[in-house]
Amino acid sequence: MTSVTEAKRPARGAPATGRPRPAAGHGAWFLVLPALIPILVLSVGPLLYGILLAFTDAQSGRTEPTQWIGALNFRDLLHDTLFWESFRIGLVWAVGVTVPQFLLALGLALLLNQNLRLRWLARALAIIPWAMPEVVVGIMWRIVYNPDAGVLNETLRDLGLGDGRDWLSGLATALPAVIVVGVWAGMPQTTVALLAGLQNTPRELHEAAAVDGAGAWRRFRTVTWPAIRPVALAITALNLIWNFNSFALVYVLTNGGPGGRTRLPMLFAYEEAFRYGQFGYAAAMGCVMVAVVSILLAVFLVGRLRGGEDA
Amino acid sequence: MKTSTAARAGQYAALLAYLVFLAFPFLWLVSTAFKPPRELGSLHPTWIPEDPTLANFRQAFDEQPLLRAASNSLLAALGAALIAVVIATPMAYVMARHRSRLTRAATGWVVVSQAFPFVLLIIPLFLVLKNLRLINSVPGLVMVYVVWSLPFALWMLAGYVRAVPVELEEAAAVDGAGRLRTLVSVTAPLLAPGIVATALFAFITAWNEFFFALVLLKTPEKQTLPVVLTHFIGAEGVADLGPLAAAAFLATLPSLVVFAVIQRRITGGMLAGAVKS
Repeated sequence: MTSVTEAKRPARGAPATGRPRPAAGHGAWFLVLPALIPILVLSVGPLLYGILLAFTDAQSGRTEPTQWIGALNFRDLLHDTLFWESFRIGLVWAVGVTVPQFLLALGLALLLNQNLRLRWLARALAIIPWAMPEVVVGIMWRIVYNPDAGVLNETLRDLGLGDGRDWLSGLATALPAVIVVGVWAGMPQTTVALLAGLQNTPRELHEAAAVDGAGAWRRFRTVTWPAIRPVALAITALNLIWNFNSFALVYVLTNGGPGGRTRLPMLFAYEEAFRYGQFGYAAAMGCVMVAVVSILLAVFLVGRLRGGEDA
Repeated sequence: MKTSTAARAGQYAALLAYLVFLAFPFLWLVSTAFKPPRELGSLHPTWIPEDPTLANFRQAFDEQPLLRAASNSLLAALGAALIAVVIATPMAYVMARHRSRLTRAATGWVVVSQAFPFVLLIIPLFLVLKNLRLINSVPGLVMVYVVWSLPFALWMLAGYVRAVPVELEEAAAVDGAGRLRTLVSVTAPLLAPGIVATALFAFITAWNEFFFALVLLKTPEKQTLPVVLTHFIGAEGVADLGPLAAAAFLATLPSLVVFAVIQRRITGGMLAGAVKS
């Protein structure tokens, strides 16, 4: 993968840029700086600043200077049952969205990989959830779930399955209802990634396995799955992270309600920071979320490396 | 390899189920947008409006400053897309062509930035932009969007650069073209389609973005379309469905059109970026 032939030669005064051609030693810096400066100023810098804020009592609109308070925010957070409840909901949401998302996307990708009519239509429709603003997705599903004018209750009434209910305000139904929306919204990316993986599967292997009398499930297990496994792992890990950090969908659908049943950690931290002005405390929440996400990422990377050894 | 008729039928049934699942919310949104209030209040709403009307659209424009919001969104998205592509292309070139500590760090940042919870980023950004007096301003939002779309832009563009054979550049160098000349006359034209696709993708991303806009834009005349759309939903969570649906439908159209144009390139770019890294 990596070309090992390139010598790493430190240019005079500048850090090693490992350039194969000795001429134009500073050309690379010239090309990189326009993007590097904004990245450092508006991404890396704020991130470090954010971590520092977690150890202060920073609040919005306060006149006294902000003070270091050590790990006090984290100690408070440890006993903040509301936060941990929100954290639990966030994990339920992330897993509850990612797993069906993956299974449904895998099914659709396998179908689209067949020589079926209407494939073009499915591809075209898959654009809709992908391209739509998340806010519109939320609004759209609010209309679908609407107790009176919504299509869901109307369909249930037509099928004689009762009068339907107010899905997004019911204590028991709110979280499952928003999870369905999350699955719908994220399915296309996952499908496209898996489909791309499928199209790299060697066809001959598949046919050879079929000739040898392997059934559909066996062919999937022994030929298809090993081929798409790296893609599947990567997209699932990304989905987990994205879903855990998700905000707009649920903000529009329920705004965390009813009674906090759908208050994802991002919503919780947003309110803490921008409704109550507790910047330091909210930053501490962000740190805890980063830590969890990093653990998820590490697990994924380890799994991926192991997958590489198998293949 | 033959598939039995029963299996084929099953496949079509499954495909149909997917089509319904993917399409029905959007169709319902469109249907709701064209329904008069009487039908929206009815207990038995129909798929096709019995008495289609454009009144919802008119009301939507009356209730909220949609044109203003759309022009803010357009400004933010265009600005972000253009700046992101202009600064990302040279860096992506270096990332694709040279292996060094710097480019490895950049690739690492691209991956890690996917895991940032935005809340950890937005609080410091909010404080920094406030000090620069760039809160509640579209240019401030553009700066945030540029950096926010950079990881994906770098990823895609680096993939497109790798697809340009190095031999072409070397041939130009042998023919006596200077480094800049090679980049401008040989590499750039071959990259152009990829650059356009990346810019359009950055455009959609910024057009659709909600969280940063919600935090950074305070007054209605500065807000972008997604933020203004949420104003249709009242404090009690009660919304006037007709105008809400109409406005939501309109806000989606630009993204859908642009996305339809670049869909193939996006998937191609994602793969190009993924294969060689």
